[in-house]
Amino acid sequence: MKQLSDLDDLKHVYDVAVVGGGPSGMAAAAAAAAHDLEVIVLDENPDVGGQIYRGLRTSPLDRRRILGSTYTGGDDLIREFAQTRSDYLPGAVVWMASRSLELGVSKSRRSRIIKSRRIILATGAFERAFPIPGWTLPGVLTVGAAQGLLKSSGVAPLGRFVLAGTGPLLWLFASQILSSGHAPVAILDTTRRSRQLWASTALPGFLTSEYFPAAIKLIRHVSANIPVIRGVTMLAAEGRSSVSRVSYRRAGRPPQSIDVDHLLLHQGVVPNAQLPIAAGCAIRWNDRQACWQPVIDQWGETSIESIAIAGDGAGILGAESASRSGRLCGLNAACKLGRIDTSGRDSAAAPIRRELARFARGRRFVDTAFLPDRAFRVASADTLACRCEEIRGRQITELLDAHGAIGPNQLKSFLRCGMGSCQGRQCALTVTEMIAAHRGVSPAAVGSYRLRFPIKPITVAEVASLPQEPCDRRAVERI
Amino acid sequence: MFVRIADGESERVVVLIDGTPFEGCQGDSIATVLLLTGKIGCRRSFVSGEPRGPYCMMGVCFECLVKVDGIDGLQACMIPIRSGMRIETSIDQP
Repeated sequence: MKQLSDLDDLKHVYDVAVVGGGPSGMAAAAAAAAHDLEVIVLDENPDVGGQIYRGLRTSPLDRRRILGSTYTGGDDLIREFAQTRSDYLPGAVVWMASRSLELGVSKSRRSRIIKSRRIILATGAFERAFPIPGWTLPGVLTVGAAQGLLKSSGVAPLGRFVLAGTGPLLWLFASQILSSGHAPVAILDTTRRSRQLWASTALPGFLTSEYFPAAIKLIRHVSANIPVIRGVTMLAAEGRSSVSRVSYRRAGRPPQSIDVDHLLLHQGVVPNAQLPIAAGCAIRWNDRQACWQPVIDQWGETSIESIAIAGDGAGILGAESASRSGRLCGLNAACKLGRIDTSGRDSAAAPIRRELARFARGRRFVDTAFLPDRAFRVASADTLACRCEEIRGRQITELLDAHGAIGPNQLKSFLRCGMGSCQGRQCALTVTEMIAAHRGVSPAAVGSYRLRFPIKPITVAEVASLPQEPCDRRAVERI
Repeated sequence: MFVRIADGESERVVVLIDGTPFEGCQGDSIATVLLLTGKIGCRRSFVSGEPRGPYCMMGVCFECLVKVDGIDGLQACMIPIRSGMRIETSIDQP
């Protein structure tokens, strides 16, 4: 891997441009570069690893003891990527990926457009919004945020803190922070209680999967050392300039509260699909995970020719699956660009597909068990659905009452909902689900926000500094 | 407030946070050093003026916007600190 330091080091054209340096991006780049393709990996972060292996090369912690083997398991992939001939530009924000296979890249307040023959989007996942009263108070962070601080900088919450929500990451972080010697005061567990699940056909797959023994170990470690308050059905963060208390309720019991310095929220992750959605890739609603995901085929190909998606960006399957799907995308790129024939591609893919099948085992159970309760996926009357423009649940339901069958894009016009700095990343799912429930239809029928480039803010000066062709000038010059 | 529990042998980097020098470590983001100094709120909402601070730490939520070396509206969680960097929050700390 050749690490570039700025935009001027980029070639004008690459065979394969990979967006994202997490497990899927590194694996895709390694597979493509192994077939002599010119590859660039563009990553927004300062180092490779994505979120799951964040800071793996530089972490100041006793990595294995505190962060565990799921973290240090990324060492081999990072080493493999480092040995490839791929170009790699860290700190690079990709704000556009077009149908014509152009990428808009920004770094250090400058932008460039580069071209590629194939694009592999490996943009991973981000944490699902958790709209509860007070979730915008300083001191309320996501569990993923706290985990990132621990991994990359060896930094932990000081004082009293509570973890609230559901999902594997919450339990993993609880175990890691416990091992670091900084235990939370409590875990407020919002996991739904479902007797049907434990009697369902999803159970055997889980019991025989690799997730089961790991989950048992985690839950034992955490439950033995941290008070776990189960069956939480209501949560609220309270405080003036920052969070000072979290109140909660359990079914059939009076409300209770805990004084805190920090509240860490988590209820699963969802695909980060801003780039493919803005590019116009077809998406579908995933009922089991209650989120949108781009439509892809068995090689990660989207509905747009030559744009593929690797890893969690096309549906949450976890890091082990992400690297395998990245390899498939890389192999397919090598095939489409004439480096290998289809039979070479297919035979190389066969063992990878067997591994993917192994890692898929048990996911149905995990998805179902940790799907956050609907009450936590929509905004109640006084709760902010859109953090940026401060649009509350009541404003959305009142608008729906008044105007009937409107969609997410009309909400923008009426309320500015989803039009703030985060460009709908935090409220898109909330809004889709609220509209669907109000209209009594599936979220698939409601659709999502139309997204437009740039998907991350860039300055007008950056746009003005883009290299210009004569035709660009002629388009705006007076005759 | 957050605390550093391990620093390995990271190189020290001194930045100015609202004019006050602070020693962080190589690899820390601006948002990380804000949390370490107790500035868990770093700006006010454009709409209501309510305090806001780092939330996602991965460039998604746009809550941790600060002014860096005179340029406003930058995502503190996505920018590694550099020696001599001038970081300005836009909120009075309690």
